[in-house]
Amino acid sequence: MQLAMQVILQSLNSFSEPGAPSLQENCQKIRKVFIFAVQIFMQKMRRHFPARTSFFFRAVLLIPFFFFAYGFTGVVCAQENVNLVPANDSVISGKEHKEKKAEGFNAGDMIMEHVVDNHEWHILEAGHFTLSIPLPVILYYNGKLYTFCSSRFHNEEHSYLGFSLPAEGPAKGKIVRTLAAPGDPRVYDFSITKTVLAILISAALMLFIFISVARAYARNRNQAPKGMQSMLEPIIIFIRDDIAKSSIGEKKYEKYMPYLLTIFFFIFLNNVLGLIPIFPGGANVTGNIAVTMVMAVFTFILTTVNGNKHYWVDIVNTPGVPWWLKLPLPLMPIVEIIGLITKPFVLMVRLFANITAGHIIALGFISLIFIFGAMNAALGYGVSVVSVAFMIFMNLLELLVAFIQAYVFTLLSALYFGLATIEPEHH
Amino acid sequence: MELITPGLGLIFWMTLVFLALLFLLKKFAWIPILKALKDREDAITDALLSADKAKEEMKQLQFSNEQLLAEAKNERDNILNDARKIKEKIIEEARVKAGEEAGRITASALENIRNEKMAALTELKNEVGQLSLDIAKKILQRELADPKKQEEFARQLLDEIKLN
Repeated sequence: MQLAMQVILQSLNSFSEPGAPSLQENCQKIRKVFIFAVQIFMQKMRRHFPARTSFFFRAVLLIPFFFFAYGFTGVVCAQENVNLVPANDSVISGKEHKEKKAEGFNAGDMIMEHVVDNHEWHILEAGHFTLSIPLPVILYYNGKLYTFCSSRFHNEEHSYLGFSLPAEGPAKGKIVRTLAAPGDPRVYDFSITKTVLAILISAALMLFIFISVARAYARNRNQAPKGMQSMLEPIIIFIRDDIAKSSIGEKKYEKYMPYLLTIFFFIFLNNVLGLIPIFPGGANVTGNIAVTMVMAVFTFILTTVNGNKHYWVDIVNTPGVPWWLKLPLPLMPIVEIIGLITKPFVLMVRLFANITAGHIIALGFISLIFIFGAMNAALGYGVSVVSVAFMIFMNLLELLVAFIQAYVFTLLSALYFGLATIEPEHH
Repeated sequence: MELITPGLGLIFWMTLVFLALLFLLKKFAWIPILKALKDREDAITDALLSADKAKEEMKQLQFSNEQLLAEAKNERDNILNDARKIKEKIIEEARVKAGEEAGRITASALENIRNEKMAALTELKNEVGQLSLDIAKKILQRELADPKKQEEFARQLLDEIKLN
């Protein structure tokens, strides 16, 4: 896993080197993948949207996407510009600024700060003015519960009540004891972080959207869908018919529908919200390994709890395998049990890596502007045009990824449920 | 690395929020939505089936209507044919009867005419006879006023008779 992250970061570093050949190659690859993905997407969608409405629906989908893409690039660039100018300005004094100037612009650190969780929601920074939403900190330490606002850490030592949130070093971004002794108990951090707030917001949004849609269904019973209802209905039917029914089977799919619909829309909504640069969006929720882990664990629990006799017998005594693979040394059962764990593990990593990679690439393109800008202002402006163009392209690609990853997670979960509940064939 | 280390607090909150979301959406959104979708699909299927049935019935009805129409047409043709035949027969009969009648009338008229003619002739004969008698009487009265002449005449008549 660390290797994979290093590869991602290395490729980013190669992006930031002027004249690196990998950029061109990567663009070619990305273009091919994009065209292929668009074709598959359109084929899939064409089956589910009637020909007359499909064009309209696609157009409606595309408009906010273009808006997001444009807004994202614009806002982030503006934000970073105002952030960077004082850093390069020798007139402005101050400890932090001197440090920043000494280090220069570090693309890796900037990207990491944007991708990982945070104890406050950073919105805007202009010179000395920083606009960010402080979030509640909830700590459990040594049998006691501590709750305070994360803005309490805004001091020279970054500490409050003996806890500190270091801005640098190995414990960066984590709440630790200021004067930690080796025997001290652990600090359990249950803070409402940026990601938790984003989860709460998306949960509220989902409740609002789907309960109002459910009301619409109750209101015009047995009539054609209207408004939001008609936008979501094809997706709901798609999940029901092409994911649940085809993977789990006509008889048992109904039981899993609420879970499948919830994870699909939760992932999709958070993926899309992650692409929006300003406040309610922009948090890397589905690109956070804890979030994907929880969902993968739910899928694992549901698979395990619902596994029938046939499923367990297949794991312990795999049919069609020579006996010597099972008897003295239970090789096959071990492989099968490892397989049980790998399935949710892969679910977790796939979603996390896809979404995080998308964010990293988008931020990488922005970093390019500042890396070139640090060399020469004119070069920075020149590169910004190219970067913005690539950002728009990447955002469109990420929209596709947002849908595909939600689809893949849901489809694989459904497949695992289907495998666990399959009836033995009668020979 | 922080990026790939799942945070305890986040796991806790995510589990909590996700379970709550799953429960609430299941109760207030997914079950009503899926039920409504299913109901609507059933209603549409029913409607389509009944429409098909109605169509089939219509077809049958149309078919029987056509049959009925064809039968009626046939019947009409038959009736018309019969009527034409009857008409012709009646006309023929009438013509024959009229001919006979005309013959009969002509015959009786001829008879009448003959009878009348005979009667007229008889009357004319009688009249002429009477007239000639009268003339003869008057001539005789005048001629035979003189007894000598009477005698002469008588002789003459007698002579004539002798001649016959």
